Amino acid sequence: MSKQAAWEAVGLTEEEYERCRRLLGREPNHLELGMFGLMWSEHCSYKTSKVHLRKLPTAGPRVLQGPGENAGVIDLGEDLALVFKIESHNHPSAIEPFQGAATGVGGILRDVFAMGAYPIAILDSLRFGEPDGRSRYLLGGVVAGIGWYGNCFGCPTVGGEVYFEPAYAGNPLVNAMCLGLVRHEEIIRGRAEGPGNPVLLVGAPTGRDGIHGASLLASREFDEQAEERRPSVQVGDPFRGKLLLEACLEARATGLLVGVNDLGAAGLASACSETASRAGTGMEIDLDRVSRREPGMSAYEVMLSESQERMLLVVKPGGEDVVAGIFARWGLEAAVIGRVTSDGIIRVREAGKVVAEVPARALTGEAPTYMRPEHEPAYLTATRSFAPERLPDLEPAESGRILRQLLAAGNLSSREWIWRQYDHLVGANTVLRPGSDAAVLRVKGRPLGIAVSVDGNGRYCYLDPRQGGALAVAEAARNVAVSGARPVALTNCLNFGNPERPEIMWQFREVVEGMAEACQVLGTPVTGGNVSFYNETLGENIYPTPVVGMVGLLEDIALATAQGFRAAGDHIVLLGLTGNDLGGSEYLKLVHGVVGGLPPHLDLEEERRVQELCLEAIGAGLIRSAHDCSDGGLAVALLESAFTAAPGAHGFEVDLACVPARKAVLRRDCLLFGETPSRIVLTVRPQHLEALLKLARRHRVAASRLGEVRQARVTMRHGDDFWVDEPTAELEAVWRGALACTAEGTA
Amino acid sequence: MRFGIVVFPGSNCERDCYHVVDAVLDSPVRYLWHADADLSGVDCVILPGGFSYGDYLRPGAIARFARIMRAVEEHAARGGLVLGICNGFQILLEAGLLPGAMLRNRSLKFQCQDVFVRVETADTAFTSMCRPGQILRLPIKHGDGNYHADPRDLAARAKVVFRYCDADGRVVPEANPNGSMDGIAGLANLAGNVVGLMPHPEVCAEPELGGTDGLVLLASALRYWEER
Repeated sequence: MSKQAAWEAVGLTEEEYERCRRLLGREPNHLELGMFGLMWSEHCSYKTSKVHLRKLPTAGPRVLQGPGENAGVIDLGEDLALVFKIESHNHPSAIEPFQGAATGVGGILRDVFAMGAYPIAILDSLRFGEPDGRSRYLLGGVVAGIGWYGNCFGCPTVGGEVYFEPAYAGNPLVNAMCLGLVRHEEIIRGRAEGPGNPVLLVGAPTGRDGIHGASLLASREFDEQAEERRPSVQVGDPFRGKLLLEACLEARATGLLVGVNDLGAAGLASACSETASRAGTGMEIDLDRVSRREPGMSAYEVMLSESQERMLLVVKPGGEDVVAGIFARWGLEAAVIGRVTSDGIIRVREAGKVVAEVPARALTGEAPTYMRPEHEPAYLTATRSFAPERLPDLEPAESGRILRQLLAAGNLSSREWIWRQYDHLVGANTVLRPGSDAAVLRVKGRPLGIAVSVDGNGRYCYLDPRQGGALAVAEAARNVAVSGARPVALTNCLNFGNPERPEIMWQFREVVEGMAEACQVLGTPVTGGNVSFYNETLGENIYPTPVVGMVGLLEDIALATAQGFRAAGDHIVLLGLTGNDLGGSEYLKLVHGVVGGLPPHLDLEEERRVQELCLEAIGAGLIRSAHDCSDGGLAVALLESAFTAAPGAHGFEVDLACVPARKAVLRRDCLLFGETPSRIVLTVRPQHLEALLKLARRHRVAASRLGEVRQARVTMRHGDDFWVDEPTAELEAVWRGALACTAEGTA
Repeated sequence: MRFGIVVFPGSNCERDCYHVVDAVLDSPVRYLWHADADLSGVDCVILPGGFSYGDYLRPGAIARFARIMRAVEEHAARGGLVLGICNGFQILLEAGLLPGAMLRNRSLKFQCQDVFVRVETADTAFTSMCRPGQILRLPIKHGDGNYHADPRDLAARAKVVFRYCDADGRVVPEANPNGSMDGIAGLANLAGNVVGLMPHPEVCAEPELGGTDGLVLLASALRYWEER
């Protein structure tokens, strides 16, 4: 193989090859080059995103661990902490949806329990093309794969989101988030401290699966050969994942563990170099001691294998037998494969010979960083110039028909078909189940509650990346706030196209800066996450899609508030002003077939005030239900609250003339379906209405009573003009059945 | 009464069961390791839900050979109490402690949802505080709950304890989540000391989790043991 072919085969450029030669002071051998190729891949090194990610706020009073570890950690008070992180598994899922999604879940679970935490919840954020043909197959496979891993492992999948847009047809997104609980003193970091300490590889034996997953799958765009890369997809074993969890936590309890790291992308090469690099140490490992699935594996394959359900442990001297005994009891292998050294070198031996010798820092901290050129994309001129206000307004007589069209749409219909396939109850902590704005979990033995939501509207980011980034943070925070929890921190997964295209880089920077600003104003630092570039197939880029995993805390779990109406007779109150916001809306896409205009304007200060008001009202015990008003607008928000209502409260009557307006004249389509942010639909008992309105005035938030919760019938009128007046059951049937029909092809 | 909860590799509801017995029922409880054979001091054995041994072959097919299962069989034969929940029920079927077998859900999908079940008999250790016909709302979460048996074998060896029903107690096909024969959700041996069911009472025993109907099973066991 020529030199050029050699570096290209591992995904490096000529300049990068020169850089690793300079760092080594010699030509890298085949194995070393493979290690560099993986560790310097976009997926592992963040070489393109790093300069921009620094703009995100990462510090806060609750943050115990920011970005750079297996997962972020926040303080829950007393001796408890919450570990959480989101990660993408887009490319593997595009090629093999079931295993791709399953191993995405497995990987994020390991990131969390590597920190010493017991996983308490999984969420998933998914994007597919319009649900027909291959996208339908991908949807079915991805959902089954997520369910299979989480259900078998025994961690509840409590929430998530899914969007269907043609932009994701060739490149679906599968982002999985996991949260875990840990006591402060039990937090373990991925650090190879203490020269001389033994290093153990535990869990599954190493096989040939997933070699070059990170560099060839995750860090390149797709082409016609994508299918042939199926062997780069790992295969999961949730049963073994569960055993690994139990054994790791039992080993942790012995106090013998010094450091733990998941083996994910780039396998042993990554786990060894990252743990050593973080601790400023080196590591010697002997590949002959690595347990393998099959004979004849080369050193290259062993070092770079991405076989699942493995962990690297650094153990106190003399502790290896006790730790290995624990793994044996759980039916898992544990082999001492090396030791920590003080020279900062990753030294790999095979059959007594040194086969690789690379400074740990060269693989991690010395990876190149790029400030890639950027350029505003040309399409924005066209999308910005589209003026939705020139469209004819909705005719009131059409309201019912259009409402049905929206309720049946892939992006607005009930997600029950998905979350019913997930065990969302195991763990006995799920207080608010899927189907509300956020999931809420209790913490046994404490009054505390944890709320969590994942969110990110790619269409908004496509139309205005900066605004879209801020909207993603704002909506995720709002989802958490309506459940009664104060948003405290977030993890993000940034899914973008090929960053070597200046237009994509421009989108990326804009989104990150928009998110950073929203994080500052809303007081929610970023504790880590993941960047997924190269989400592009045959030149077609996905929408820029940041996914925000927001975590919020309730001081009192009894305050957890769901979106469903509670009882007929409760008053319905809308918080926040409504504008003529059609740009980027579902309505515009579905009814007028346009993805255009500007996404709705977000005033972050106003957003903060609305959330504060909602939290204070819930804290004061005034609120019966609370629902974020977003995709599909006010009409869809009201209906969702009716559809998820308690028995006896399945309808409502509202007067849309009472909606607090930002403009003198509100269009009818905007009133019903506009997606102005910073709005919340609340219900209160009649005797609490005045108190709520008074509180709203104090917070300088527009609030108005729209009507009442009723039984069985949905009535939306404007003064005396009735726009929608139908039995709830008919509309509910449309909403509830739509996704199952499309997903199973029975439509 | 002292509870013991068996931990197979791949069990994943053992902590939830432990929590309910310990924190809600306030009864003594300990874990029983699958490779041990020691049930000493345990009056009620719970086989918890999960995916024992990954359930890659067939749910419960491997777990029935675990060392502890011989002890569980002897315990049952002596009149000791045994409750199999979900995977635990599947293991009881595979072990022959209850008749019949589980097929994949009719939907061929894992299903997690609340269901209603009707108590068919109060003459078991785990329903002694129920009245026949009582309706309980409990969650299910399984992929293999489509019960099947030879009707004669079933009648000769077991009695039906729970059937899936609608909110009004009618056993109708629309209320059957998985295609189970005759809407069967739970069974007992003829003596009534061994009960298996697909729903999960342990995640439905505290008000903040949205229901307490599951508690009656364990409370029944307590009373049954006191009055025996």
